[in-house]
Amino acid sequence: MNPTDLRYTKDHEWVRVEGDSATIGITQFATEQLGDIVYVELPAVGSSLQQGAVFGVVESVKAVSDLFAPLSGEVVASNDALSGQPELVNQDPFGTGWMIRVRLADAGEPDALLDAAAYDALSAEA
Amino acid sequence: MPYGPHTAPDRERMLTALGLSSVDELFLDIPEALRASPLRLPDPEPELELATRLRGLAARNRVDLVSFLGAGVYRHYTPAAVDQMLLRGEWYTAYTPYQPEVSQGTLQSIYEYESLIAELVGLEIVSASHYDGAAATAEAALMTCRATRRERVLVSHAVHPHYRETMRTYFGSGLQLDEIPLVAEGPYAGTTDLDALERLLGDPERPVAGVLAAQPNFYGLLESMSAIGALTHAAGALFVAVVEPVSLAVLEPPGVYGADIASGEGQPLGIAPQYGGPYLGILACTEPLVRQIPGRLVGMTTDVRGQRAFVMTMRAREQDIRRDKAASNICTNQALLALAASIYLATIGPHGLRDVAANGAARASELEAALAALGIERLHAAPYLNEFAIRVPDARAVHRRLLDRGILGGLVLADVEPTDPSVADALLVCATEITTSADIARFATALADVLGGRSPVTIEAAVAIDGSGVSTAGRMAGR
Repeated sequence: MNPTDLRYTKDHEWVRVEGDSATIGITQFATEQLGDIVYVELPAVGSSLQQGAVFGVVESVKAVSDLFAPLSGEVVASNDALSGQPELVNQDPFGTGWMIRVRLADAGEPDALLDAAAYDALSAEA
Repeated sequence: MPYGPHTAPDRERMLTALGLSSVDELFLDIPEALRASPLRLPDPEPELELATRLRGLAARNRVDLVSFLGAGVYRHYTPAAVDQMLLRGEWYTAYTPYQPEVSQGTLQSIYEYESLIAELVGLEIVSASHYDGAAATAEAALMTCRATRRERVLVSHAVHPHYRETMRTYFGSGLQLDEIPLVAEGPYAGTTDLDALERLLGDPERPVAGVLAAQPNFYGLLESMSAIGALTHAAGALFVAVVEPVSLAVLEPPGVYGADIASGEGQPLGIAPQYGGPYLGILACTEPLVRQIPGRLVGMTTDVRGQRAFVMTMRAREQDIRRDKAASNICTNQALLALAASIYLATIGPHGLRDVAANGAARASELEAALAALGIERLHAAPYLNEFAIRVPDARAVHRRLLDRGILGGLVLADVEPTDPSVADALLVCATEITTSADIARFATALADVLGGRSPVTIEAAVAIDGSGVSTAGRMAGR
């Protein structure tokens, strides 16, 4: 169900590590729980993230939820397309609905995140 | 459905279900020092005696005065239709519906209010209303911090002192609030000092989130709002215009001179100057700031049958949903007073509102001429709309002696700015469309009498000559 090349958090973010940086988004399970997403608030490029801290906000028709940084590092890109088309997060959460790219502060951090099997189990329980 | 409070058996059943023996046990986790102490109320009185006592208290109000007091609250004529419409029972319902779409009438009344105010301020987004102008202005300042992720706000010293005080309360925890001084002398004395603003904005160590200036300002003067806005935007900050809504019928609206946010007191729109509140906080912003505006927004749409319908478009950032991360700790609106403002605006219409503003300006200019004939000068030289400060020796004593003569001679500025020597001997006086030439003549006569100056005959002649005279402010208002 969840792509096996990604890492996950229990807060339903996914991480794709490529070299010294990682792309971050929210999982399909998260989008199904949230419903139609109408707004995504992301950090400015250049700002720094602390693992576990709030880095943005996602607003659906029924709730506003915080986004938690799965990794520490500096934001090197954010998905500008989401400001006009927040529905991309619902339509393609693991692809065009990506949120930010981060230059890793600690290359070891991703290893401690959940793998697809562990996340499958966690989302099945929820 | 019964509307009574819970009965003793109701409470007993709820306590039993919770396994508690008293309601007080529900509050045990609140430290005792923070819990409300018992109200020390006097014993109940028989209705007859109470009514007599209250009548006696009410009789202490002076209702005989000819008033020239404004200073943030303005007397206007309210058409009888406004209060009559407000009395309709349909409006006395939940003002803040939690299952909103079943309350189409409430939603429509909020939508109409938002639409009317949007037209007046020239901005796309208007909240469903806040407590009063001071609260709305403080919320506007916080919006600039959230939107820019900066922590410092500059507010002109000529924003109403009560609003600045409310802002200081809101800014108590962490955020910085600095005042922009006013020009001290010359033709722009009493308006925001643009050079000082530029210097304050130029500190690279302390980037500014927002700049607030009032139009007209607290002293009634007109500010160079587009210049303030341009300096503000050049520093990457947001510009908040604190406005008086009636004036917007004749002055440029905030949306035209580049304000990102407008806030103000809605009381002049058909709400009596009642005690000091409840009033109406107006808050509006541009579309990109829609997610920073606190409170709720109502919109219009079509339902599944294609009929016009009203919806709670946005309230996802209110406290009941976002808790400590809400846009504001206040999650309510002044529905009935917003409705009063809507009925007032709909009743008098755009031309009527323009007449109200222009007539007020003309009356103020007449007042200025009458006072000038007594040798009483304005404190400032900058253009004004319908309120200005005058220099009067021993202003507080003069004000008191005017009261003895049935005149409420405006506001003693030293009462609100006790440490500012530039307003030590000054009264802030105001006229609106309900001020009459007879009121003005009475004020001038009483003032001449109090000051022991010229004879009232000279004054009346001066009023007759200058009564139709139009000052700079009158011309601005009439354009």
